[in-house]
Amino acid sequence: MIEVENLTKHYGQHVALDGITFSVGHGEVVGFLGPNGAGKSTTMRILTTFLAATSGSVHIGGKCVFEQPNQVRNLIGYMPENNPLPIDLRVRDYLGFRAQLKHLSKSIARKRVDEVAKQCGISDVANRYIGQLSRGYRQRVGMADALLANPELIILDEPTSGLDPNQTRSVRSLIRKLAGKHTILISSHILSEIEMTCDRVIILHEGKLLASGEMNKLISKSHLAVVTEIRASLIDVKNWASELALENSEFIEQKNGYVRCKFSGTKNNDLREEIFATVNERGWELRELSQHTPSLEDLFVSLTNGKEGNR
Amino acid sequence: MNIFQALIRRELSMFFQGPTGFIIISAVLFLIGLGFLVVLYGLNGEATPMPVTQIFYETYFFWLILLLITPVITMRSFAMERASGTYESLMTAPIGDWQVVLSKFTGALLFYMILWAPLLACSIVVRFYVGESAVLGFGTMFTTSMGILMIGSLYVSIGCFASALTQNQAVAAVSSFAIGAALFFTGFFSYFSGDRTDFFSKLSRHISLSNHMESFTRGILDLGAIIFFLSLTSLFLYLTHKVVESRRWK
Repeated sequence: MIEVENLTKHYGQHVALDGITFSVGHGEVVGFLGPNGAGKSTTMRILTTFLAATSGSVHIGGKCVFEQPNQVRNLIGYMPENNPLPIDLRVRDYLGFRAQLKHLSKSIARKRVDEVAKQCGISDVANRYIGQLSRGYRQRVGMADALLANPELIILDEPTSGLDPNQTRSVRSLIRKLAGKHTILISSHILSEIEMTCDRVIILHEGKLLASGEMNKLISKSHLAVVTEIRASLIDVKNWASELALENSEFIEQKNGYVRCKFSGTKNNDLREEIFATVNERGWELRELSQHTPSLEDLFVSLTNGKEGNR
Repeated sequence: MNIFQALIRRELSMFFQGPTGFIIISAVLFLIGLGFLVVLYGLNGEATPMPVTQIFYETYFFWLILLLITPVITMRSFAMERASGTYESLMTAPIGDWQVVLSKFTGALLFYMILWAPLLACSIVVRFYVGESAVLGFGTMFTTSMGILMIGSLYVSIGCFASALTQNQAVAAVSSFAIGAALFFTGFFSYFSGDRTDFFSKLSRHISLSNHMESFTRGILDLGAIIFFLSLTSLFLYLTHKVVESRRWK
C-alpha cells in the first residue's frame, strides 16, 4: 500500500528526514513512533501530498505521491496534527462539505455522513457548531472526516493527543474497529497506545529510521531482563554474578540484608533455573525471581538513548 | 463544478457565519450613503453635464471603499486557513490548487459585489425623482457596474495574493493595501505629467486606474481598460497559484 524509499526532507539547513525507507502492506495497522520533532508529521505530510520531499520516492497504492497527487488523495483519509476544524460550521454541514470535496454525490454523501457520524459516535452532536464541542468530540469529527470517502488508507496524526483517559480509550477502540477494513497509519509518542492498537511499529528519531517491523519481533529482539532478590552480602552476590558471567548487572542493597539484582542484556535463553539452582546451592534465601519481557517503552528507550544531543 | 460550488459557498459562508461580513457591509453602506449625500448636495437643483455615476466616482468615497475594504475582505482567504491549520485538510482533499485559488477569488469577488448593491438602490432613487434618463441611463449604470467589477477583481486578486503569502491576517491586509495603494498612486502621476511623452509619464497614464475607471462611469465599455484589468487580475491569480503550489516545490 505504501512504499517509501530513501525519503529525505530538508527545511533550509535543518534535516527533518534523513533517507527513510519502509513499506506498509494492505490492511496493516502501523504505528509511527518517535519523540517530538522526530519527523513523524513531516513524513505524514509528504505521504498525504501536502509537502514535497527533497529527494526519494513515495508510492501509495502504486501511484507516485509527487506526480499524481490527486489520485493519491483519493485513496487517503487524513487527520492532520491537532485536528484543525472550522469552528463556524455545524458538524453535519462540515462533513457534508468535506464529502463534496471528496467527490461523493449528494445522495451518497448524505448516507455516508450519517454512517460515519454513527460510527464515530457523534450523531447526537451532528447539529451543533464545531466550536461548541469538547476536544474529544472534535477529535471524532476529524476521524469521521477521514473515514468519509471510505478510503483504503487512513492516516491519523496523533489522534489521541490532548484527550482525557476516557476519550483516549474511545478513540483507541474506534481505531481497533477500523483495523482489517482499512490500512491505518497512526503516529504517536505514547508507547502504550501504539502497543495496544498496532501490529507493526516504525520508530523514528531525529529524522532517521531506527527500527521497523512487527511489534513482537522487535520487542523479542531486545534483551530480556531478570530481577531477583537474594539475602547475602553485596560482595558475595557480585562474585556469584561474575562466576555466572551475567552481564549488565545492577545491584541495590535492600533492608533486612537483601540485595536486589537486575540482569539485563542477557541472551534469549531463560536464566531463572540456573539462578535458582546456584542460589540454592549456596544456601541463600531468595524472595523474588522474575523475568521481565521488555515493553515497547524499553525498546524505545534502548534505541533512542545516547542519541540525544546529536542535533 | 460541484466542488467549485461547494468551495465558493464555503467562502461566502465564512463572511456570514460570524459578524465580519455584516460589519464590512455596514461600513460600506455608511460610506456609500455619505458619498451619495455629497453628490446630492452638489447637484441640488443644478444642471449637470455628466452622469451621476461619474460624479459619485469623482468623490473620494469610491476609492476609499476600494482601497480600504478589499484588503479586509481578502485578508482571511488563505491566511486564516493557514493559521487555524484547516489549510492542510483543504489541500489534502482531492482537489486541484487552481480550484482552491479560483474559488477563494470568486467567493471574495461575489462578496465585494454584494457590497455595491446599495449603490444600485441609490441610483434607482435618483432616477425615479429626476425622471430624466440622460442623467442616469441604464447603459451608464451597466457600464459603471462593469467598471466596479473589473477594478474589484484586480484588487481582490491582489488581496488573495497577499493573503497566500502569510498566515497573519493583519500582514495580509497591510501588504495588499500597500500593493493596491502603490498601484493607485502611481497612476495618479498622470495628473501632473500632462501631455509629456517621456517613458514615466506614458507609464503612469497607462496604469492610471482613475483614467480607466472614468470611461466606465461615462457609459463607455473601454476594451483597453477591460484588457488592462483582466490581464493584471490574471497575473495576480497566477502568482497566487504559484505561492500555493510552492509548498510542493523541492
